[in-house]
Amino acid sequence: MKTIYLDNNATTCIDPIVLDKMMPFLKDRYGNPSSMHDFGGTVMHDVDRAREQIAGLINADPREILFTSCGTESDNTALLSALESYPDKRHIITTRVEHSAILNMCKHLSKKGYSITYLPVDHEGMIDLRQLEEAITPDTALVSIMYANNETGVVYPIDKIAQIVKERSVLFHTDAVQAVGKLPLDLKELPVDMLSLSGHKLHAPKGVGVLYIRRGTRFQPYIIGGHQEHGRRGGTENVASIVGLGYACEIAQKHMDYENTEVKRLRDKLENALLSIVPNSILNGHREMRLPNTTNISFEYVEGEGILLLLNEKGVCASSGSACTSGSIEPSHVLRAMGVPFTAAHGSIRFSLSRYTTEAEIDFVIKTVPPVIDRLREISPFWGKDNLAVR
Amino acid sequence: MWDYTDKVKDHFLHPRNVGEIENPDAEAEVGNITCGDALRLTLRIDKKTGIIQDAKFKTFGCGSAIASSSVLTELLKGKTVEDARKITNKEIAGFLGGLPREKMHCSVMGQEALEKALANYLGEEAPEEHTHEEGEIICHCFGVTDSLIARVVRENDLHTVEEVTNFCKAGGGCGMCHPSIEDIIAQTHGAQATQIVETQKKKVLTNIQKITLIQQTIDREIRPQIQADGGDIELIDVVGNRVLVGLRGNCAGCRTAQFTLQHAVEAKLRELVDEDIFVEEVRE
Repeated sequence: MKTIYLDNNATTCIDPIVLDKMMPFLKDRYGNPSSMHDFGGTVMHDVDRAREQIAGLINADPREILFTSCGTESDNTALLSALESYPDKRHIITTRVEHSAILNMCKHLSKKGYSITYLPVDHEGMIDLRQLEEAITPDTALVSIMYANNETGVVYPIDKIAQIVKERSVLFHTDAVQAVGKLPLDLKELPVDMLSLSGHKLHAPKGVGVLYIRRGTRFQPYIIGGHQEHGRRGGTENVASIVGLGYACEIAQKHMDYENTEVKRLRDKLENALLSIVPNSILNGHREMRLPNTTNISFEYVEGEGILLLLNEKGVCASSGSACTSGSIEPSHVLRAMGVPFTAAHGSIRFSLSRYTTEAEIDFVIKTVPPVIDRLREISPFWGKDNLAVR
Repeated sequence: MWDYTDKVKDHFLHPRNVGEIENPDAEAEVGNITCGDALRLTLRIDKKTGIIQDAKFKTFGCGSAIASSSVLTELLKGKTVEDARKITNKEIAGFLGGLPREKMHCSVMGQEALEKALANYLGEEAPEEHTHEEGEIICHCFGVTDSLIARVVRENDLHTVEEVTNFCKAGGGCGMCHPSIEDIIAQTHGAQATQIVETQKKKVLTNIQKITLIQQTIDREIRPQIQADGGDIELIDVVGNRVLVGLRGNCAGCRTAQFTLQHAVEAKLRELVDEDIFVEEVRE
């Protein structure tokens, strides 16, 4: 059975070119970039080339690129660095729909006495910029708002948000893990102070991330050790993955147009077909302000895990915000924050495409999903002629 | 990824006895859509012999909820009512070759539906809606009673709140009931329960004092929770023991608002202000 992978917001395949570029560093060129001898020391040139390639994708200065182990580390570092750099300030502003790398760190910080403002979102997943403005106080150390939401793909107006925050001279961080490689970013234009990205979301390997730190931003390291990364993060560099991420960024730049035309077209085709074929299906998230590769659809009166298991039987990989799939008892905090009713939140499915997704795959999924929903609805006690009348 | 046995997969992919018996001799519905799973069980019972001739189910829920329901109907067919009453959640899970710990509540749901259906057949008083069975509601997020918690603790030898959540969902929401669940675990295992301090007799309040106390209780104890869910609550009027409130934001028009009013707002006000209070929603 062929695997149809529509879960690219969870992780992506490694681009074959990226893997080729990585291999020498996993075999012969195993030297430590910090070493004095050429065998190791020359490896630093490769790490620095990766730094330039990544800076190129987001139009930053290579000196502003700090390598980390993942998006979560980048997010955690940004939050803790801001608090340590401004020890008098004890307030953070974020949103209710952030990734757990931000949300759970904020929960942890609130237990330690910091106050956190979680901005609410409307039914389309958007925040109210006036509420953001009102929430900023002289005590605010940092505002952290994601660039694009991992579950719904909703893209936030980071330019406007950053402007509001910078007018008040407060640090601004954005978790751009889902956006980098899918949307063009220009950090010379965008006044963000810190930005997180993750390798494995853009066809680089797992285990490497970046925290962009604008030059002049106060910074305190999170991982303390050797002098690597100019003393900003201890620990021997994950060279092969860093090299891979560099090339992945270069390749992502080349595919940016394709991502926003062809991938988007396939996403729209899938979305429009499912919404029209399956009754009582609802799109979650803002239709326009959205990543080109993501669609999140709720199928009312059925539960997400069942849908995923039946799709799995057909080789289709997707994910769900249902409680049963997240290992928790409550459904997706993102959909709950958007006020998606429980009838729909439990049956939400996210399909996330990539540049490797083909038309034939999308056609197959369009044929596969409706009978799966029908089958589960036949078992559901909530599905009947009454339900159709409700909507 | 959940680690399901082949038996669970088989019963999920090929569920037995899906549907509804017309004019059933016994029927029950447990769970609701808010909680993420629900089961409707209908039985055909031979009144002379007391043998269950047919059983059908409809389930909203995850793979193991559907598999547990399917297996339950298979277990029931051909059994006498008396024997059927002895089926436990352990048996349901055992028949499936085991369930992941996080999914044990699916087997408990099957047992609950069975109990409720047989009580219905025998003309016993059916447990109230929204409560899994009779008793005091401990977990307001999922409407789980002390008696159900005590039973899953006893029958499955549970020792932590997390285990209780796995088996009956209690404690899986806001987490406010964790101390109560710990008490129930301690009591059930015969240990000395944490000493319960008798709440002091509340003194008689003037009307102004009472309204102020209600407002304070809403502000301190109730509003933060409701706001965390994207809603809001407003005190509109107090007429004797009738407390009139308005629900705003996400709560307005929410299907579970009535549940929230009774089990969160009213319970809190009864606990902290006056036992005779009842809450009503005023819609705009």
